[in-house]
Amino acid sequence: MKTENVSPASPFAYAPAPESRSVVDIAPSYGLFIDGEFTEAADGKVFKSLSPSTEEVLSEVAQAGEADVDRAVKAARKAFEKWSALPGAERAKYLFRIARIIQERSRELAVLETLDNGKPIKETRDADLPLVAAHFFYYAGWADKLDHAGYGANPRPLGVAGQVIPWNFPLLMLAWKIAPALATGNTVVLKPAETTPLSALFFADICRQAGLPKGVVNILPGYGDAGAALTAHPDVNKVAFTGSTAVGKQIARTVAGTDKKLTLELGGKGANIVFDDAPIDQAVEGIVTGIFFNQGQVCCAGSRLLVQESIQDELLDSLKRRLSTLRLGDPLDKNTDIGAINSAEQLARITALAETGEAEGAERWSAPCELPASGYWFAPTLFTNVTQAHTVARDEIFGPVLSVLTFRTPEEAVAKANNTQYGLSAGIWTEKGSRILAVANRLRAGVVWANTFNKFDPTSPFGGYKESGFGREGGRHGLEAYLDV
Amino acid sequence: MDAVGLEARAAGLGTRSIKTSAKAYAIDLAISMIDLTTLEGADTPGKVRALGAKAVHPDPTDRTTPRTAAVCVYPDMVATAKQAVAGTDVKVASVATAFPAGRAALAVKLADVRDAVAAGADEIDMVIDRGAFLAGDYLKVYEEIVAVKEVSAQARLKVIFETGELSTYDNIRRASWIGMLAGADFIKTSTGKVGVNATPANTLLMLEAVRDFRAQTGVQVGVKPAGGIRSTKDAIKFLVLVNETAGADWLDNHWFRFGASSLLNDLLMQRQKLATGRYSGPDYVTVD
Repeated sequence: MKTENVSPASPFAYAPAPESRSVVDIAPSYGLFIDGEFTEAADGKVFKSLSPSTEEVLSEVAQAGEADVDRAVKAARKAFEKWSALPGAERAKYLFRIARIIQERSRELAVLETLDNGKPIKETRDADLPLVAAHFFYYAGWADKLDHAGYGANPRPLGVAGQVIPWNFPLLMLAWKIAPALATGNTVVLKPAETTPLSALFFADICRQAGLPKGVVNILPGYGDAGAALTAHPDVNKVAFTGSTAVGKQIARTVAGTDKKLTLELGGKGANIVFDDAPIDQAVEGIVTGIFFNQGQVCCAGSRLLVQESIQDELLDSLKRRLSTLRLGDPLDKNTDIGAINSAEQLARITALAETGEAEGAERWSAPCELPASGYWFAPTLFTNVTQAHTVARDEIFGPVLSVLTFRTPEEAVAKANNTQYGLSAGIWTEKGSRILAVANRLRAGVVWANTFNKFDPTSPFGGYKESGFGREGGRHGLEAYLDV
Repeated sequence: MDAVGLEARAAGLGTRSIKTSAKAYAIDLAISMIDLTTLEGADTPGKVRALGAKAVHPDPTDRTTPRTAAVCVYPDMVATAKQAVAGTDVKVASVATAFPAGRAALAVKLADVRDAVAAGADEIDMVIDRGAFLAGDYLKVYEEIVAVKEVSAQARLKVIFETGELSTYDNIRRASWIGMLAGADFIKTSTGKVGVNATPANTLLMLEAVRDFRAQTGVQVGVKPAGGIRSTKDAIKFLVLVNETAGADWLDNHWFRFGASSLLNDLLMQRQKLATGRYSGPDYVTVD
């Protein structure tokens, strides 16, 4: 198939359509949220939160240290007694109230998240925020039905949950952590990532708006040292972490030998397998969603494309043509498809891994798009002629970089897909239902999508195999991590 | 075709936010792409003349308004329509081949086409034999299009699939390829006479088909969604589909048309709103 990848400049140029920034009021400074109050850090330290698309300082935020962790855990411990004694139906009321407030404030929160994280408003508006609210609604529904969750009558909460979340879906990861913890009667100390603390602090305000009892939710913005102190704190009963595999291993060592319950949701190198009978245009959309959603900064991203060799040329032509239409730029513009990379550090990591890919002989292709002068940006990129031996086929890049590999038979596809230290996600593209089932059964990945990718729902459990972690979040299975069962 | 993925992509493109200068461009482009249509048993020469006048001067208060691409009528109204648009670049399109059902002998269908062409039709909108298609007789469908193309002579041929009757996206894609291989100048969704007509998803899939066909053969084919597109908002969504699927080469009324009637007045009202900053009302556009 012959394709012209470069189309003439379109006369239909979309005028800027920015979402209004005035819907969110960001204060010049924020404190830690401990025992229902905003407070300074014990040592008075602060750090700045930047907008990665412009490098503008959004706010100055108190930086939690060990003493603050101790203070927050004590507050959570104190609140636990009454909170866990509340009837489930009463806890549910708070969660429903929080969910409704999130919906009411969703535009404000979407703009805030886009500013602090760099992801396009299209995603925060249409994916992050609806999922955040849905997660609270879903677990609110469980709060008074725990007797029927499959763990016997009256399953007990664990106590204080120490939760550390990443910067890629700041508010959504908070929802994944806090909603099941509260529904089951635990109290929470949560540390958001240092590059994206703001939506968690707005959530603290929502807790106050909902009248949530003091100390039930505590938010500690800070760096890795605060996370380490939190997971090591002796009075924490449950540790939940989403982030890199390296930090996850460190946490596993920290909690080893204690009676803390641990769930880890770590890295991934998801395989998106496209068979020769796949619907090409829809598969291309799925590949794009799989690796360019949130600039590829997604643990379950479909970062390895495994395409049947017989359709490789046709698929790659279509994919390149499609990538050429992606709109990269101002994340607040409603027509932006690709936003900014979250931080200078992450951009450096992506850049270095892409350079390694080139150095190792993989063929690099980037979508033709102009990168803004300020902020952290990386053009959507493909690597072809990649083999299992290439670094870009093995290491998690956590950026908008897709490695393309080929296979000849379903057996080879499964073998290559499973040949990774990770096991979080996979995708299968074929018009043949029997093949979907046969292949899915043999993939060692926590979630397998068929003819779609990156679809999330609070009712569906999510988690990994191997170095992608253990434990499940979401669905009925997500309750287990927060119950003494 | 994967129905879920196709519809999701069409819906995703539907969230594009087209404002200010882009909106003004899109409105004028959409007006220029309309096949202004009347296909009623009650059509009279008076009605067709009014339609022709509307096509030539869509907004009598603003002569910068572009003309529509064509008027679309039954074969017996072609001569009247030609007179109504005489001296302008507005084309006359005629439905033919026992429109809308297409249930007649091939000889009758060809006579219908010859009649329209003889009366001066610039474009022929034929319907495919859905009965043959659904019975699996694709060759008959193909050969009929080839025969119609031959008697259409210089007139450009639009091939209507009646997507609502073909029902599945796989069928629509197959019909698109049959039509293009048989020599269609345009592929067109529907007659406007059944329940489901043009949708963003079926138009998206036809745009993918013409894009792929040109990539393979070098031959460019036009697309015409028809029926059910009534608002400016909808029309702009279709133009976004064109822009981001087939590309800029199709952003021209030689390659993309809207089969519509009430759409025009909504476009005109939105055009007045953009020009003046005020909403007018249905009495500030002509009812024809």
